[in-house]
Amino acid sequence: MSAALLTPLMITLPIGMAALMVALGGRLPRRVLDVLATATAATVAALAVVLLVATATAPGRVIAWAGGWTPRQGMSIGIALVSDPISAGLAIIAAVLATAALVYSWRYFDAVDVYFHALMLVFLAAMCGFVLTGDLFDMFVWFELMSAVAYALTGYKIEEAQSVQGALNFGVTNSIGAFCTLIGITLLYDRTGALNFAALGANLAGQRPDALVVASFVLLVTGFLTKAAVVPFHFWTADAEAVAPIPVCALFSGIMVELGIYAVARTYWTVYSGTLPPSAIRGPLLAFGVLSAVVGGVMCLAQRHIKRLLAFSTVSHIGLFLVGVALLSPAGLAGTAVYILGQAGVEAALFLLVGVILLRLGAVSERDLHGRGGGMPITATLTIIGGVALAGLPPFATGLGKAITEDAGVTEGFGWLVAVFVGASALTAAAVLRMAARVFFGLGSPAAKDPTSRGADEDEGEEVEEVPTGGVPRTMLIPPAVLLATALGLGLLPGLGGAIGQIASDFFDRAAYASQVLGLPTPEPRTAAVHVSGFTAASVGYGLLSTGLAVLIAALTILRSRLPRWTLAVARAALPLLRGLRALHSGHVGDYAMWLVVGVVALGGAVSLILG
Amino acid sequence: MNLLPYLVTGWLFLAGLYGVVSSTNLIHTVVSLSVVQSATYVLLLTVGFRTGGTAPVFADIPLGTAVVDPLVQALASTDVVVGATVSALLLSLAIQVHKRSGTLNPDELRSLSG
Repeated sequence: MSAALLTPLMITLPIGMAALMVALGGRLPRRVLDVLATATAATVAALAVVLLVATATAPGRVIAWAGGWTPRQGMSIGIALVSDPISAGLAIIAAVLATAALVYSWRYFDAVDVYFHALMLVFLAAMCGFVLTGDLFDMFVWFELMSAVAYALTGYKIEEAQSVQGALNFGVTNSIGAFCTLIGITLLYDRTGALNFAALGANLAGQRPDALVVASFVLLVTGFLTKAAVVPFHFWTADAEAVAPIPVCALFSGIMVELGIYAVARTYWTVYSGTLPPSAIRGPLLAFGVLSAVVGGVMCLAQRHIKRLLAFSTVSHIGLFLVGVALLSPAGLAGTAVYILGQAGVEAALFLLVGVILLRLGAVSERDLHGRGGGMPITATLTIIGGVALAGLPPFATGLGKAITEDAGVTEGFGWLVAVFVGASALTAAAVLRMAARVFFGLGSPAAKDPTSRGADEDEGEEVEEVPTGGVPRTMLIPPAVLLATALGLGLLPGLGGAIGQIASDFFDRAAYASQVLGLPTPEPRTAAVHVSGFTAASVGYGLLSTGLAVLIAALTILRSRLPRWTLAVARAALPLLRGLRALHSGHVGDYAMWLVVGVVALGGAVSLILG
Repeated sequence: MNLLPYLVTGWLFLAGLYGVVSSTNLIHTVVSLSVVQSATYVLLLTVGFRTGGTAPVFADIPLGTAVVDPLVQALASTDVVVGATVSALLLSLAIQVHKRSGTLNPDELRSLSG
């Protein structure tokens, strides 16, 4: 089969299967639906692997033109699917996580109708379309399809007040982001008359970045940053993930938000890199990334609702990914790619394990769960492994990605970023380890009513009415175990560092991308691969340091009643700040929209100021 | 270049956003969101407008006739479809919120805070 046939198939197969299943849904037994959906997702994963192999061979990209409308003499009016190893890799993550989530759903839901399976498959198709497209407007369409399906999946438990409210907050916030993106696209089309990434980039190259270019860039990335849950566009995240079914959360945190970061990198390097100098956007994007990493980390540790806790861990790590991409160096992108590869498995596995707790113990607050997870040794072990992987303990792929990104930061002259990476990963890992220590081992006194929380969120949110007895079903433990093992295995994979260096360098090569897509002679020679260091003594040290810090912070929060009085006084001084931060997460969709506007104005203002 | 359509775009976008931010009723929120989206329709059609151009259907007009840009019309109709889907979904969620919580006022829905 020609490689160019793969990409359309990865989109049409799951959509076609979803349509077929809905058409036949009423007549098929539940198990048949489960198997069909899982097999489809697994097939997409296999196709994505074949695609990755095809893109890895020179000249590096697989291109398919819809309806055979290929470019003539470098001019294109057709719509292209363009995949390189980065997009193929993201498609693999999406398909593997979807497969794991569907296997997990076999026993997670007592009763589930065909719409769940169909929505999951359409969600997968939309994510594949989003990463494989080479056309800006198509990217918006896939973005919107992905979003609409995500709203529906978030509110899947439509009989629960919180579910529908979370879905509504998610929907309104993301839609405003999407409209900003569409306005950015329209402004670009006004200027260039093109929508294809390659044509847009060729058209803009060498132009002075005037107000229209800046406005289009800022509006375009607003939607992507909203999807990526970057502070202050992130407010929907915790609301949506607190209420969405567990398998859906695994996909949200594992891959969907990461796609927002991908879109920022892809559009900058194919479209804007010839006109907007890196110096204009590096500072602002780094600032947003660091802010997300810190706010997400602090909010994560402050949570007692364990699904919200994981949601803020996602926000924190997304900040680190944005930092890696915002370095605008191939090494930074290479590190982020490896980091996402590891983090996808870890974050999804942690959500799936929380789902086991939820199903077995019927509660989702650390306080209600205190010491009740005693009879779940496998779940406990896997959760702790997930916690240390979150901290970036070598040799997990999260640790390798973090090491490469930290190194890239130092090379670019931002040595202080290492502290952000170590701190953010330690805070999020500490929150998970503290949760595990309390729930599985009953350490510490049962968490008192949280002094910084004023909502009723702690006592509500139980999703499961009846608590089944007996062991945890194997189909709910194998997916998280496999995902964690993969995150570990990828970190040990020899040659990953070298391969990702070439992939990242190619990702940055706008001219090679454009000439290959538009059918022009490819410039020689191919860009040299950036050198990627892999684990060094220093980065192993940082990985161990953040793991150690995580254990220390977790221990301190558990033992806080036994600490000397003066430490508590210090902690109390920080309370108003934390309370203020939590009050911002008001659950009020109007507030969220206002913060989005603040974010757009801040980003636009910063970029304009730098360009003078 | 006529500035008016661009001003209308900006006005619709900001007025809709103000509606979302200040809303005390979720149905009003969703409709305000549609107003924001209307800004994108106006901008798309503005960008494709050619003075003196006719509809881009070459069934009964000679080749070479000045027409408006057909591409943005395709984009705008896609945008309308997306908007209809999202609005329908969000309105149905708003109805569910009312059924389950007994209110449509986001100020009274604070169970997701913190």
